[in-house]
Amino acid sequence: MKLFAMVVVLAVLFTGATLVSCGGSTEFKLGGVGPVTGEAATFGVSTKQGIEMAVAEWNAKGGVLGKQIKLYFADDKGDPAEGATVYTKLIQQDKVSAIVGTVMSKVTLAGAPIAQSSKVPMISPTSTNEKVTQVGDFIYRACFIDPFQGTVGAMFAFNDLKAKKAACIFDVGNDYTKGLSEAFKAKWEALGGQLVGYEAHATGTTDFKAQLTKIIQQKPDVLYVSDYYNDVALIAKQARELGYKGPLVGGDGWDSPELVKIGGAAVENGFFTNHYSPADIRPIVQDFVKKFKDKYNAEPDALAALAYDATYIMLNAVKTAGKADGSAIRDALAKTDLGVVSGQVKFDANRNPIKSAVIIEIKGGKQVYKTTVNP
Amino acid sequence: MGNLKLPRMLIATAAFWAVVSILNATGILNGYFMIIINRSLIFVILAVSLNLINGITGQFSLGHMGFAAVGAYVSGSITTLIFKLSPDTLAGNGIFVVAIVIGGLAAGFVGFLIGFPSLRLKGDYLAIMTLGFGEIIRTILNNIDAVGGPRGLLGIPKFSNFTVIVAFAFLTIAILRNLVQSSHGRAMLSIRENELAAELAGVDTTRYKVLGFIIGAFFAGVAGGLLAHLLQIAHPTQYGFYASALVLIMVYAGGMGSLTGSVIAAFTLTFLTEGLRVGIDWLKDTVGLPVGTEWTMVIYAILLILIMLFRTEGLMGMREAKILIIAEETK
Repeated sequence: MKLFAMVVVLAVLFTGATLVSCGGSTEFKLGGVGPVTGEAATFGVSTKQGIEMAVAEWNAKGGVLGKQIKLYFADDKGDPAEGATVYTKLIQQDKVSAIVGTVMSKVTLAGAPIAQSSKVPMISPTSTNEKVTQVGDFIYRACFIDPFQGTVGAMFAFNDLKAKKAACIFDVGNDYTKGLSEAFKAKWEALGGQLVGYEAHATGTTDFKAQLTKIIQQKPDVLYVSDYYNDVALIAKQARELGYKGPLVGGDGWDSPELVKIGGAAVENGFFTNHYSPADIRPIVQDFVKKFKDKYNAEPDALAALAYDATYIMLNAVKTAGKADGSAIRDALAKTDLGVVSGQVKFDANRNPIKSAVIIEIKGGKQVYKTTVNP
Repeated sequence: MGNLKLPRMLIATAAFWAVVSILNATGILNGYFMIIINRSLIFVILAVSLNLINGITGQFSLGHMGFAAVGAYVSGSITTLIFKLSPDTLAGNGIFVVAIVIGGLAAGFVGFLIGFPSLRLKGDYLAIMTLGFGEIIRTILNNIDAVGGPRGLLGIPKFSNFTVIVAFAFLTIAILRNLVQSSHGRAMLSIRENELAAELAGVDTTRYKVLGFIIGAFFAGVAGGLLAHLLQIAHPTQYGFYASALVLIMVYAGGMGSLTGSVIAAFTLTFLTEGLRVGIDWLKDTVGLPVGTEWTMVIYAILLILIMLFRTEGLMGMREAKILIIAEETK
């Protein structure tokens, strides 16, 4: 009987709490999702901070649709099952009108079908898997998808570095690095550049000299390295040992302090594409970085910036739509043309953003903002 | 009266199904409640089947979600990659049920493979081996491109619904209940109590230990398949050590060897997580305490510690509810 009593108490507490949580319609309800606990907790915390800061700014300016914005933030723990649960909770229980979330593609993919079938528009700040927005017309994202970085890398190498002959090296067992190199190759050849080497290496290898020797004999002006930072550092070192002096270009897999620690002088004259740089000189970025530092006493990372942007894009669409109606917000999202921290954002037919990427240079062992490239 | 065994459980399950369905149809239980109930029922299958290995047979498996992964990927591949089914057709639903069973059989086969070497190991060593097994499954899945590799198996049709999950949960409990209370089950229990004595009494311990792994793995595979078709995604990281540990916690919190306990713990812990989520929201918004969602995990952990401190034998100990005792029904 004790057990039965416990179950009853739990059930009463649970229903009681859910009933109480139903609020009035004097506020605009916005859902937020991120993994604030679990393996990706640092991503989740940054995301939450970005969303909360954006909501606070909008509320200070009077909210949206003449109402204050009420944020319902839920933790998905980086787990698809939790993701499906919290998306359902936000939509069915809290009755939010729009959702900003979530971080990891696998969780977003479990939540997106729920948002789509309930006709609640959502925007993921950082899910790069291209299948995410293919779930349906209510699903958007604020980050560019992986291959886009290859395209931007090729444009930067061709237009800014004035290179004519390029070579690629990538990890054959990794979708990310393969995708970047394929996109680089396609754009490079479309621009009229000459591709003199296109070499794959196995996952986990530490000796790249066979591929690099072959490439360097062709005397490329630029070497595109789409690997993650640990491989990049080794490739850079070995390429310099083999006498290559030209620039290295890569993607956001380079973005780690470890790159310079392992690569040292070899990664100098290296450039990589990224979503955003806190060193970007545009006023909107500097303003964001300052406000974020004041509020959280830390430098905002790309996740915080993209979450902040995603929230702005969503709230701006709500404002344009003029009502808290899912289909109207979706239509307004499609017409987005908004300047945010990570660039000027428009959406293509697949609901992926068309926006600029920043190029960061490794100079004197530090990451320095180089330029912004528009597609 | 052997033919009275099933009806009482069947009636109780049917009543549960009917009440929840009606409450859902009238809108009293919204989709949020339904997904919690569905997940609870899938955890019931997982916990009850792990209980057969850990609680009844007295082995120690830390890789239960590895079996679930096999079931999820095999059934998901059948419905998504081979047949490209849509949930709207009757034939599709038929193939889905068959796919779930095939996924279970595949998991059972893996259980057979894992059962054999495990015979040489006991206690902690067996635990470490099963832990390694779970990681092996995860790593293999990460490296098979055909099922999505590290991106996971995507676009799985949503076949799992409340009715299907209730049916599978019912069958799992009914089959395991009958097994545990049969002579085979007694043989398994005897291995747990004293392996040497069991062997001396003529119990084929090898056979029953492997059998425990095979049957436990089969139902874990079924649960994995149901979960994949509920979430519409199967991802290698879902089946790691943390997930296995969660099921293990349910078995311990419910009571080792008590199927009733596993059922109650699966429901209680799943609802507890969500209850805390809602409760924390309420504390933050209505009461105004400065607490964030991350506090749910803190309180959850404290409650678990309290359960284990004050009820070391689990909520039910080794007892079963009357409805799950065959002898009670045949009186």
